[in-house]
Amino acid sequence: MGDTEIVSVNTEAHEGAVIVSPQGDVDMSRSPVLRQTLHDVQSRKPRRMVVNLESVDYMDSSGLATLVEAMRAAKSGDTKMVLCGMNDKVRAIFEIARLHHFFTIVESVDQAVSA
Amino acid sequence: MTAPAGQSRPHIRVELLSNPIYLSGARELVGTVAKRLGFDDLDCSKIALAVDEALCNVIRHGYGRALDRPIWISIWPLEHDGAAEGIRIAIEDEAKQVDPSQMQGRSLTDIKPGGLGVHIIREVMDEATYEKREGGVGMRLTLVKRAPRPSEPGVITEAASRAVQSTRPQAR
Repeated sequence: MGDTEIVSVNTEAHEGAVIVSPQGDVDMSRSPVLRQTLHDVQSRKPRRMVVNLESVDYMDSSGLATLVEAMRAAKSGDTKMVLCGMNDKVRAIFEIARLHHFFTIVESVDQAVSA
Repeated sequence: MTAPAGQSRPHIRVELLSNPIYLSGARELVGTVAKRLGFDDLDCSKIALAVDEALCNVIRHGYGRALDRPIWISIWPLEHDGAAEGIRIAIEDEAKQVDPSQMQGRSLTDIKPGGLGVHIIREVMDEATYEKREGGVGMRLTLVKRAPRPSEPGVITEAASRAVQSTRPQAR
């Protein structure tokens, strides 16, 4: 069975930034799709990469690990990476893992492209 | 406190295979039952997260990502003098036994991907106890989360009887 196909990750260019918008739950079965998308985007060396999480209802530590990995790559590749659109449940796991200070987190896409 | 794990019949006991595609179903089950036992939405999400992380650890480390190994989830409502007191969840497997004292979360001072599961479990739940299962095979993780607010007497029992489909555990 291929549950990973259920995950939809949209990318678009917006004011010079690439916006990655995963949808659905990002868990162990689905985070590989997000990881591959972020890797593909970063290989194009964008100036800014926004991960819009407004359509993500749930994330576990595999999703966190995916974003940490992407953030490390962004820092080494001179890409500004910004997260936005978190609901309270998703924000909670960042706080539990003490990672909310590691990332740049803002409310909206508009803020993210200019943060 | 009633219904300590291993000493009474769980109100729910389900078996699933160690395939990550079933994680969402397990989260749905645990979150829905926690809601009926009086937890608010955020706590329900955190309890489901703890169970998700525990299942991921079994799949990843216990079974080496094999997709066809068994995992059991058992759930007991906790009550005291008829008042809601929380939820107890046991997660059991048939993986190789390890020293429970080794089940520690890593330090968070080093920012790196992975290794967060045990930390998250211990942070979210009030109790998290690893032990070796009887018979020399498999581990058991027992999780406890106490209800954050007092509830009306009898709510737990009534809610549990409506929400819970009890299945008799199989002898293993």
